[in-house]
Amino acid sequence: MSADANPVAIPARPAVAPAVASALPAPRPLAGAGARRIALALVAFALLAACGWVFPRWLTFLLTMAAGNGLVSLGIVGLMRGGVVPFGQGMVFAAGGYATALLYNKLGFTDAIGLTLAGGIAALVLAVPFAPLLSRYRGIFFATLTLALSMVMYGLLMKLDTLGGSDGFNVGRPTLLGWKLPDERVGYLLYLLTVGIATIAAALMRTAFDSTRGLVTLAVRENELRVEYLGASVRRAMAINFVVAAFCAGVGGALVVLSLGHVEPNFSYWTTSGEFVFVAILAGWQSVVAVFVASTVLEVVRSFSSAYFPNTWQLALGLFLLFVIRFLPRGIGSLWTPRRGP
Amino acid sequence: MNAVVTILVDGLTYASWLFIVAVGLTLVFGVLKILNIAHGSFYALGAYAAASFVAWGATLKWAPAWSLVAMLLAAVAVAVAMAPLTERGLLRFFYGRDEVLLVLVTYALFLILEDVTKLVWGANPYYVSEPYGLFGSLHLGVQTWVGYDFALVALALVVGGAVWWGLNRTRAGKITLAVIHSAEVASSMGVNVSRVYIGAFSIGIFLAALGGAFTAPMISVQPGVSVGVIVVSFAVVIIGGLGSIEGAAIGALIVGLARSLAVHIAPVAELFSIYIVMAVVLMFRPEGLFQRIQARRI
Repeated sequence: MSADANPVAIPARPAVAPAVASALPAPRPLAGAGARRIALALVAFALLAACGWVFPRWLTFLLTMAAGNGLVSLGIVGLMRGGVVPFGQGMVFAAGGYATALLYNKLGFTDAIGLTLAGGIAALVLAVPFAPLLSRYRGIFFATLTLALSMVMYGLLMKLDTLGGSDGFNVGRPTLLGWKLPDERVGYLLYLLTVGIATIAAALMRTAFDSTRGLVTLAVRENELRVEYLGASVRRAMAINFVVAAFCAGVGGALVVLSLGHVEPNFSYWTTSGEFVFVAILAGWQSVVAVFVASTVLEVVRSFSSAYFPNTWQLALGLFLLFVIRFLPRGIGSLWTPRRGP
Repeated sequence: MNAVVTILVDGLTYASWLFIVAVGLTLVFGVLKILNIAHGSFYALGAYAAASFVAWGATLKWAPAWSLVAMLLAAVAVAVAMAPLTERGLLRFFYGRDEVLLVLVTYALFLILEDVTKLVWGANPYYVSEPYGLFGSLHLGVQTWVGYDFALVALALVVGGAVWWGLNRTRAGKITLAVIHSAEVASSMGVNVSRVYIGAFSIGIFLAALGGAFTAPMISVQPGVSVGVIVVSFAVVIIGGLGSIEGAAIGALIVGLARSLAVHIAPVAELFSIYIVMAVVLMFRPEGLFQRIQARRI
């Protein structure tokens, strides 16, 4: 979205805004919105921290998983805003998970925050070479190419014995800023870390969605060709969205591995990727909070049904997904996000 | 020399199996524009139905050769029971929506059918061993092959020939081709498009179930057979070009040979050789090897 790509130097924002104004929310004044967003994030985190303190251990674990997996779907939502859906986010999710596990087991690096960042960076490094390629693809071709890449990753992870083969391997307990986590509080502290990072990611993503590039992404969904005519680079926007989504997925993978204590090739299998897309579709592309709500819904349905009706939980999930696609086509986020534009 | 023959024969038999399954997938995509994840579920249903039908045949004291007929009937039964139900009861509410969203709809259907299969047939494996020995075995040099594998090649040829003939040499086929080209124009010319949709979807499901039914003797039929088939047949139709019958044949051959090459030469690559081919084809010919260039709609 720079003027140098454009022979007629039109200032960036007005170039895009008028053409797509009907489809986009009006850019809000940044300073006020930023302060409000930070306040909201802090309140949300304080509430989650308080809830985690009183919740039973199984519930905090469930919420940790929901937040970790939700980060992957958050990245998918960022791509969905541009009209593409990746069916292979398992690849970058696994990259983050394996990077964390390898750093811990082979190099003895144990700091939870460092490992989480490393997971994100590993996924980012993996995604960057593919980003320019994938940015040319749309619709079913984008979905299937990402699917193919994730399945290659799955095959590699299954066969490479140095990476644990089909069993994967276990990861021990991390430390936090040099502090050994005590037995009775380790679950809660990892929960705090996960929801803390998830809250920061949600706030940052919201800011990114409302930024100029975020609005260009939204315009691509409406009409790619017009966006190009107006001087914005569609491919650059798509490539950046893909890399951001990969970073989110890597961080999510790292956090899930730290709490789960285990990583395996199934992280990259297509059904795992399918679940992330499931959550993103459930959430819709309007609200970042909805992503984590949807992820929690999935985890709750999964754990309750597998405990009480082990043979029909996928049936329940499938029916639920059909119901949402049919009757809430803009996802559960549309329940509390005012409908703007046409 | 022996190794080359082995690789070729293994690749060919695997390709035949792939082709039977993938041709249904590509037909459904061509007509309905749906990349059907649930195709693997119908494959699994075919395998389970075949297990039940062959078992019934055995209790009725049918001669072993009739188990082939029982498997064929199983595939027909799955298509008759499931196709109208799925197309009329579910898919038609989503026509015209985004292609990727339709993939999600079939993903939901896949999840539902996974559990339905488990509810009906339970979680224990079924074995359908009778038909496997029917064709004897074939000795070539030092190698021995089971005749059933070659029967599968013959079946694939019959299926491919029948689909090609049906599409290009019959009235219904030409109408279907018109719908594939443009459902809107076909409809304005007086074609009953929803009937073509039901017909194509039924044939697609029949082919998935047929693949499952005739694979049943070679595997143990248990939960999870659907999951592996889906991505492999996706790879085939994407390599060949979505919606192209010839493409499915070429794609099946490429994938079959790539896999058997990997199995015999570099076993490490067995699992992902297929997807590397798929990714490379998508990178250089995203529309697949046999897809016509389509005009970009503005």
